[in-house]
Amino acid sequence: MKENVIIDLKNISVSFGGEQILNNVSLYIRDKEFITLLGPSGCGKTTTLRIIAGFLEPDSGEVIFENKKINGVPPHKRQVNTIFQRYALFPHLNVYDNVAFGLRVKKTSEKQIKEKVEEMLALVNLRGFNKRHVDSLSGGQQQRVAIARALANEPRVLLLDEPLGALDLKLRKDMQVELKNIQQRLGITFIYVTHDQEEALSMSDTIVVMDEGVIQQIGTPLDVYNEPKNAFVADFIGESNILDGFMRDDLVAEFSGRRFKCLDKGFAKDEPVDVVVRPEDVDVVPVTAGILRGTVTSVTFKGVHFEIIVDVKGFKWMIQTTDYQAVGDEIGLSIDPDAIHIMAKSVYSGKYGDYSSFSEEFDELSEPDGEVDE
Amino acid sequence: MKAPSKIYTFLILLFLYAPILIMIFFSFNSSNSTGLFENFSLRWYTVLFQNKNIMQAFSNTIILAVSSSVIATIIGTAAAVGVDRWKKSWLRSGVMGVTNIPMMNPEIVTGVSMMLLFVFMGKLVGSEGVLGFGTILIAHVTFNLPYVILSVLPKLRQTDVHLAEAAQDLGCTPVKAFFKVVLPSITTGIVTGLIMSFTLSLDDFIISYFTTGPGFQTLPIAIFSMTKKRVKPDMYALSTLIFVSILVLLILVNIAQSRGDAKKNSKSVKGDA
Amino acid sequence: MKRKSSLGSRLVASPYILWSALFIIAPMFFVLYYSFTTPSGQFTFDNIMALGKYTGILLRSVWFGVLATLICLVLAYPFAYFISQMRLNTQQTMVALVMLPMWMNFLIRTYSWMAILQDTGIINRTLEKIGLGPVHMINTSGAVILGMVYNFMPYMILPLYSVMAKMDKSIIEAAQDLGGNRINVVRKVIIPLSMPGIASGLTMVFVPSVSTFYISQKLGGGSFDLIGDVIERQFQQSYNYNLGASLSLVLMVLILACMAFLNKFTNDEEGMVI
Repeated sequence: MKENVIIDLKNISVSFGGEQILNNVSLYIRDKEFITLLGPSGCGKTTTLRIIAGFLEPDSGEVIFENKKINGVPPHKRQVNTIFQRYALFPHLNVYDNVAFGLRVKKTSEKQIKEKVEEMLALVNLRGFNKRHVDSLSGGQQQRVAIARALANEPRVLLLDEPLGALDLKLRKDMQVELKNIQQRLGITFIYVTHDQEEALSMSDTIVVMDEGVIQQIGTPLDVYNEPKNAFVADFIGESNILDGFMRDDLVAEFSGRRFKCLDKGFAKDEPVDVVVRPEDVDVVPVTAGILRGTVTSVTFKGVHFEIIVDVKGFKWMIQTTDYQAVGDEIGLSIDPDAIHIMAKSVYSGKYGDYSSFSEEFDELSEPDGEVDE
Repeated sequence: MKAPSKIYTFLILLFLYAPILIMIFFSFNSSNSTGLFENFSLRWYTVLFQNKNIMQAFSNTIILAVSSSVIATIIGTAAAVGVDRWKKSWLRSGVMGVTNIPMMNPEIVTGVSMMLLFVFMGKLVGSEGVLGFGTILIAHVTFNLPYVILSVLPKLRQTDVHLAEAAQDLGCTPVKAFFKVVLPSITTGIVTGLIMSFTLSLDDFIISYFTTGPGFQTLPIAIFSMTKKRVKPDMYALSTLIFVSILVLLILVNIAQSRGDAKKNSKSVKGDA
Repeated sequence: MKRKSSLGSRLVASPYILWSALFIIAPMFFVLYYSFTTPSGQFTFDNIMALGKYTGILLRSVWFGVLATLICLVLAYPFAYFISQMRLNTQQTMVALVMLPMWMNFLIRTYSWMAILQDTGIINRTLEKIGLGPVHMINTSGAVILGMVYNFMPYMILPLYSVMAKMDKSIIEAAQDLGGNRINVVRKVIIPLSMPGIASGLTMVFVPSVSTFYISQKLGGGSFDLIGDVIERQFQQSYNYNLGASLSLVLMVLILACMAFLNKFTNDEEGMVI
């Protein structure tokens, strides 16, 4: 239901230098929502953010804010504030003056400014940092000043452009919790951009998965993880074994030469489909007890579990299990019906291969008929 | 460091400083010989300060240097700010190319060409004595401009492009954002350009020689006419004074810089929250 | 993504565009104009024809310029290298020491060599005291070249030093790691990598050397007039602006040709090497 919408993007298209950056993107955002634009570099997520902020005008389409069209309204007149990737703190001003900047532009009284700045610094746990100079702060501290500076203006919507990318792992995890807390406490709409799917899954109310300027899927983190719409989403979020298969009937899928009971229906009889099975959903069982069987080709210890590559009829599966299996062993695999997820074929079908390699670059290397460099 | 390299370095430095040191030495000579030192004396310094010509030329030089560097800095900074925003086009490469011309041209060509321009303009307007303070000022601004632009432009490049956006995001109009946020971050470039222009103007001879008129003499030109006749050592006294003042300036700048660096380092207070 | 060139940014740069059109571009045209006209304004090739008798001087200017530039290069290269290997603080002091003479008036610097090289100057008096006879140094071509080298040496040192100081030390270490001895490393790594600095230095010494007029007068005594002297005479003595213009034109073209040749080595167009 389309209620409580604060921002509505209608048919936004942008191209630059002959390249299509956003292709007819439509998206609505609800008030007080924590929504994340997720995708690889170049998918158009930052461009979308900049269009909302006003730093870029779309070639076509409408940007609607609180039911008013704001195409053409310059950034300094929009009621949104941005957290930039590299923070963009003003190097010639100290912390206090940075946070006070927007308020000073609005000609707020110095007394009110002092109150607000103190409140914001307390909110981000930087009390007492007023006189500090920007270049004497750590990355995490600079980040928090940027947040305080933006929030001091009481925007209706906060735009965050990969704000945690430059921080190290543990600090990033703490900041993720901090940001979520702040968002819920202040009740502000957060539009978050990242390429880190774990980050998106842990923080968002809604995730928008994008690739090459097209929205691939919109849903809650659980939806997007458990029910990816196509091979791209399945591959981008978490690890997935993606196989070619056929829907023999409602609730019956065939792949790897066997038939499986599953929970999906609504496809045509014998329709070719993409089948997704997550590595953590596959159980290792004795060879004779498994519905599939294969040979272990590699074992990697990951701490939390073993990552095992199993060759099943030529297709390399990835399994996650806490039991050690030796290379060369024949093992059996068991898959529950609810572990199987069926997706319709799309332009992404067949793009992701199996687990002989993880990256695109290495995929090309193992191609037997690849081109030779001059 | 190995001995041969130290010796070599010392020799080159000696070569660079020998004439200067000799001049300083002989400026205190009581006689006007430049080969034989007789007695220590400040005679030539008194002669120098009594020379009205030189004093006038000195103040002229300062006035010219200050005005031309300020004008060049304003026009040049505006130019750099404007050009930095342009996308790469033939106009932009053209402007940058033209900027390089005064730096690449031999000074005599720059001087002569400007003189021709002024003389031609003078003929058009029918005035005879067109060369004077106005023309030399124009010439100085012209050769200062490229150095200002080339000092400010790199600083603009270094400035985070998001700074101006952040300011606008927080409510500033684009113009205000420039003055409040971008300008402070290019200040060092502007100051460098200003100082470079000032020193270039102080020291210029060739271009000044062709573009000034009889009513306005700068110090280098005064020195030139002095050297045409047989030289008295008051010239050496003048040179010594110039050398010493530059030396003092350099030391002052060095101290100011190291103080600034020390201050910056102490701002990084211990203990991250 | 870069925005298109806005009206505002064009406006802000317009004073400069106007200024440069008036005072950088227009003067160039006037040199052209005067080169091809008589004093009364008629078109003529006379000035260009008259250049013929100055070819000797032109060649001499080029020759002296080349000599001075090469000597500067040879002397300055090791110097710049040694400085770049010093401790950072010492480096800064060295650079300041090299730059200091640049701020002394070049007339004075040239003039002081006169005093030193005179037949009655310091060097000869000292030689006499030791018993070696006086050596005639002033008013020779050697003196003129010495004057050029002395005046423009810092302009060769600084770009060389600047490039060497920025050189990635790990590249040199890699060369040594792969078996290169001292000489090899210098020839195959340092010299090629310092090309931009060399090109810059060559330009900054050759241009003023070839076009100088004061140094040749004072240290050459009038027997070694260079193209700069001839040009200066046309403007300040014989008032033959047209001939002077054509001479300047030739000089400009000469410099441009050398510039274009050297440009193959520099790639930086919007920043300073120093």
